[in-house]
Parts: sequence; C-alpha cells; structure tokens
Amino acid sequence: MEYWNAFWVGGLICVIGQILIDKTKLTSARILVLFVVSGCILGGIGIYEPIKEYAGAGATVPLTGFGYLLSKGVKEEIDAVGALGILTGGLKAAAGGISAAVLFAFFASLLANPKEK
Amino acid sequence: MEQSSKRIGKQTVRFQNPVNILSAASTVGPKEGEGPLKEYFDQVITDILYGQKSWEKAESRFVEENMKLAVKKAGMSMEQVDYILCGDLLNQCAGSTFGIRALNRPFFGLFGACSTMGEAMSLGSMLIDGGFAQNVLLGASSHFCSAEKQFRFPLDMGTQRPQTSTWTVTGDGAVVLGRKKGAVRITEVTTGKIVDLGVTDANNMGAAMAPAAADLMMAHFRDTGRGPKDYDLILTGDLGTVGRELVVELLAKEGYYLDQRYTDCGIEIYDPKTQDTHAGGSGCACSAVTFCGYYYPMLLKGKLRRILFIPTGALMSPTTSQQGESIPSIAHGLVIESPEKEEY
Repeated sequence: MEYWNAFWVGGLICVIGQILIDKTKLTSARILVLFVVSGCILGGIGIYEPIKEYAGAGATVPLTGFGYLLSKGVKEEIDAVGALGILTGGLKAAAGGISAAVLFAFFASLLANPKEK
Repeated sequence: MEQSSKRIGKQTVRFQNPVNILSAASTVGPKEGEGPLKEYFDQVITDILYGQKSWEKAESRFVEENMKLAVKKAGMSMEQVDYILCGDLLNQCAGSTFGIRALNRPFFGLFGACSTMGEAMSLGSMLIDGGFAQNVLLGASSHFCSAEKQFRFPLDMGTQRPQTSTWTVTGDGAVVLGRKKGAVRITEVTTGKIVDLGVTDANNMGAAMAPAAADLMMAHFRDTGRGPKDYDLILTGDLGTVGRELVVELLAKEGYYLDQRYTDCGIEIYDPKTQDTHAGGSGCACSAVTFCGYYYPMLLKGKLRRILFIPTGALMSPTTSQQGESIPSIAHGLVIESPEKEEY
C-alpha cells in the first residue's frame, strides 16, 4: 500500500510539472524554482508534512520535497539554537542531499558525456 | 554607368553584371542525414562531435570541411577566393572564425542569426557586381548542441523541449559566387528591415520571424512589380509550420496569395512524425544546407527557373531574452534564376 501511495502522489507532482512544460511558456529552470519554493511554503505552513507521512518517498523525492526539507530544517534549528537557525537550518538539513548531488554529478561527469538528444 | 541605377525601389537592387553561383556544398549532421533530404546532401557526418572534443570545435570543423568542399566543387583553389563571408550563431561568431582561420583568405564575419546565409549571399553578390571580387566564398553554419548550450539549456541537464520549439540544424552550407559564367545566377537582392511585433517567447521563433518575412516579400513585390505567381518557388528560412501559416495569412491581407509554391526550409529538412523535431528545423544551417543541397541542384537542372529565397533570422541574444526583451527579426531576399537562354 505504501508503494502505491508513493507512486501516485509522486506521479501526480510530476504530472503538474509536465503540464507546466507543455501548456505554459515557463522554462524548465523556472518550473524547478517554482517547485522548490512551493514545497518550502507548503512545508512552512504545515501542509507538506501530512503529504509526506502519507506518500513517503513519493513526496520527498520530487523537487517540492527539497523545499519542504529546507523549511523543516529552519523550524528545527530555530527550536534548537534560536534566530540563527533561520540562516543555518535549511542548508544543514539539506546538506546530505546537496553534497550527494555534487559528488554524484562529479562521478557521472567522469563516466558519461553529453549527447544530442 | 550610374551607380544609383542599380537600385530599384526602396529596398531592392538589381545587378548589372553577372553574379553566378559556381558551386554549392552542404555538410550535415546525423539527424539531417536521417531526414527526407538525406540523399541530397554532399556529406552526412554521423558523429555529431565530428571527431572533436567539444561541440564548438565540431561546428568549426563542419565550417572548414564544407568551405573546402565548395571551393573544390567549383574547380578552384583556395587562393582564387578573394573574400570569405560567413557567420554562425555562437558568441563572437566563433564557429566561423575558428573554422576558416587556417584557410588564410580575406574574411568578413557576419551575424544575421539564421538569416546569415541571405546576408552573406546579398553582400557577396554586391562585391562581385561592384567589381571588387572575382570569386567570393560564403556560407553559414550551426550546430544543435552548441546552440542548445548557448540559447537554451546545457544538454547535460536533459531538459525537455516544448512542442513549439524548433530543432537547430547541424551543418554548414557554402556557396562560391563568381564572375565566371555559370548556369545559376543571383539577379536581385531585397534587403530586410528589422521587424519586431513584441513576441517574447524564445520557444516560438516562427511566430516572431513571420512578420519580417512577410514584410520582406511585400517590399520585394512592391519594388519589382512582380507577384508570387512570377516565381517557381518562394522559400523562407526557418519559420516552420507555425510561421509559414502566419506568412500566408499576412500576405493574403495585402492581396498577395501564396500557394503550395511557397515553402519553408525548416519544414522540408525534417520529418516531424518520425524525427521528434516538433515545429521544424532552425539555425543558420537550416536555410543554408537546404538551399545548397536540395534547391540549388534543381535550379542547375532547370527544374526551377526563378526562385525567391528568403532566409529569416531572430536577432536576440541570451541576455536580452533573459531581460524580457522581445525578439527583433529580419529577412533577406534573393532572386535566383537559371535562365533557359543565355542572356550574355
């Protein structure tokens, strides 16, 4: 059941992105930013948390999940160290993901070359 | 001879000395080599990198190899070329300059975006008619990967392309113009003005450039007193399906009716059903290779007697697009004829 929930919620988030690419003039870079910011706002006002509980990786893997993680990190860090957490919390919580992205991108660049689509 | 007598109307010149096309050469990449015109191109390079380490180096190699081929096909040596005129889409026209730096000939670099072939042929013809050159080598190039990288997104990102976007043609088209007698000649040039109706969508170039093409056609018909029926073919550069319809509509409003004798290189070069190219082909090479590979031989064989060739260009830069500016567009018109009887 949890696989199914992850699948349809994650899929639905991606469908929104696909519709934005096909039906609007937004570039993919803008959609990316839009998704991260939306996740951040939805996380901040407490809406993303229940979605994550319900769908698991279906909600954390898409870009909105990254936005949610930033907001969650800020909240936790404010509780722990106070106002400084507004600046440090987000990246602290997302450090694993960001470092992994840089590292794996580096390894991928050693192994693969860009191609004509 | 009075110099001013070569001008007819506001934007058109008619040559008094023969400006002959002595040869035309086309070298294309793998995608074009799988398209409907594959058998007409001189060379199809199946390696998109053309044995180089970067897309930019690959584009320059397309330029160099194809320029050499055009000169060879004209039965000449590079030393007989008085000027090279060419351009491309890359910043500072790097594709052209690096491509021809070893050729060691006097060079004018041109930027007219995808209308570069028209600009080069116009200026080259004027150099010859004016008596400033015996032979001129000219061309235009583009490369899908280097253009994507500069104007859209790096290919490594794997971004999806919207349905209205066009596919940049990989390749180089080159022509040798000369005073020496030839079967095909350029007789008139109509130079376009910048037309900008405020389209800002860089993924819908056809719509942005169509008004420029329509404006050019109307100026040409006004200046020469001719109409669409006087041409066996009217050929625009890279408007694609969307842009072509717009041109037909705009001309009809002015009382000029275009029929199936009007087509667009961007429509002819790919098969959208099997090649996933969306709205059609674009890029400097689109009109250049389609003319050199497909239509020039038809003129040479007399299957076409008089055509109006109109490469179209969108003159924006990545910076102006990011700043929300609209897309200034241009079109250059050339009357190319292959007369049945020798006139001189």
